[in-house]
Amino acid sequence: MSQQELMVDARGVRKWFGTNEVLKSISMTIPRGEVLSLLGPSGSGKSTFLRCINHLETIDGGRIYVDNELIGYKERGDKIHEMKPREIAKQRRKIGMVFQRFNLFPHMTALGNIIDAPIGVNGESKADATASGLELLERVGLSDKAHAYPAQLSGGQQQRVAIARALAMKPKLMLFDEPTSALDPELVGDVLDVMRDLAKSGMTMIVVTHEIGFSREVADRMVFMDAGVVVETGAPRDVLDNPQHPRTQAFLESVL
Amino acid sequence: MITDVERSTDDDVVAIPLRHPWRWVAAAAVIVVLGLLFSSLWNNENIQKQYIWQFIFDPRILKGVWITLIVTIISMVVATILAILLAIMRMSANPVLRAVSFLYIWFFRGTPLLVQIVFWGYLGLLYKQIELGVPFTDFSIFAADTNTLIPAFVGGVIALSLNEAAYAAEIVRAGLLSIDHGQREAAYSLGMGPGYTLRRIILPQSMKVIIPPMGNETISMLKNTSLLAIVAVPELYTASSQISSGNLRQVELLIVASLWYLFITSVLSVPQYYLERHYARGNSRALPPTPLQQAKRELARIRGRADNRRIAAKAREEMNS
Repeated sequence: MSQQELMVDARGVRKWFGTNEVLKSISMTIPRGEVLSLLGPSGSGKSTFLRCINHLETIDGGRIYVDNELIGYKERGDKIHEMKPREIAKQRRKIGMVFQRFNLFPHMTALGNIIDAPIGVNGESKADATASGLELLERVGLSDKAHAYPAQLSGGQQQRVAIARALAMKPKLMLFDEPTSALDPELVGDVLDVMRDLAKSGMTMIVVTHEIGFSREVADRMVFMDAGVVVETGAPRDVLDNPQHPRTQAFLESVL
Repeated sequence: MITDVERSTDDDVVAIPLRHPWRWVAAAAVIVVLGLLFSSLWNNENIQKQYIWQFIFDPRILKGVWITLIVTIISMVVATILAILLAIMRMSANPVLRAVSFLYIWFFRGTPLLVQIVFWGYLGLLYKQIELGVPFTDFSIFAADTNTLIPAFVGGVIALSLNEAAYAAEIVRAGLLSIDHGQREAAYSLGMGPGYTLRRIILPQSMKVIIPPMGNETISMLKNTSLLAIVAVPELYTASSQISSGNLRQVELLIVASLWYLFITSVLSVPQYYLERHYARGNSRALPPTPLQQAKRELARIRGRADNRRIAAKAREEMNS
């Protein structure tokens, strides 16, 4: 596979929290348009790895390239330099992220949440941003909630607004950090439907999730992580039905 | 044995309410004590009430009220801006800025306000001249005598602002700390920079934590302006004591000043109410109506009832005729 076709190229990523090594040299490549499902027990480092991709966490070793750009640092000769906050912010604009706890801005309406960054950060006109914001709300099935505040929405609705908010920046890559873990079971379906449509539209996605059924159906590839290392990689069907590694087997037995 | 039928549960409870005789006794006792206190003041020969009415709208008093208000407003605005700056410095990654902010708060909270006010009054003793120029050269853009540049009014405002900023900085910091870390992460993930995130996401949400204590601070500032009497700023308390030193009606003029302070604090709570409402949007599912909206609704209801009565009366008349 050529460099150009890679959306994410992580090479030997290491991360320490104090004396605890949470990522032990993670290498992973994700081609454009792929939906990758990250699976693993809690504390396996999957969320941390996701947060390293958009530099919400700094890394202590290795390199992460997104869309052929080194994230968070500049390479000059054989040295790398830290980036300015403004440059990091610019890199993050092409990486959308959806959080477990939604993290909508409670003082803005659903539409306000969606259009604030396009206007304030990308310099779009208010009319343009509003038009595409309403379009996004329709896409996630919430046209009637444009002027509702997050507190007036259910968890599932909030998460769909959060997805629309991330998409409003027209990202090339979407990161999902356990997007349905904080939801009541009957609200999970609507959020997964939106994600399924997004996958069909060709978006490159990395999804940390415990929704095995969703991963089996939507993901192109599945990565199983444990204790900061990649244990197993493969097609969802192979990993789920025929796990090779005993740790994968043990994990799947406990969740299925 | 009681059968299920006898234990019927769908009866209304028609119990005789428990009597609370001691509540009545306590209330009566408090009312009697308050009444005695009030009458002893009201009928006190030494308080000549006509002086209160005579001086409450005296031009000197009104000018004092005006100066008190102006000093309060300017000092609060300057203090709030400084406080936001100090709070951000206190939370910055730069150790020098953190230390300076810490020392500022330590110093201005640790010395009495009265001392600080007097200090600014005596600044002329410390620096005869204030000069703006290039350091270590004779080149000077601007130079002025300290006492002309900083008259009592300005010195007073500086003292009150700098002192208040130290307290307000901690209030602002508490507000900033009250915001969930996820808000900042969400903003960063959308490509917002740190400054934009602070302005658009963090500060507006902090306001609901910051405003109630800042309302308190404003009221306390209003009353602290009376300390400027020591440097002869002609604010409300100075004005009232100047009048009383002439006519020796000290208590009456203290009452005049107190009535004005009470009036202004009551008025100041109105903008606070509306500011709080403004920043509470999105917080609860539906905000309760404002007193104004409530009054309007009540009026409409009464009017509606009157209309209904009129319509009913007309209908009755028609029936009779």
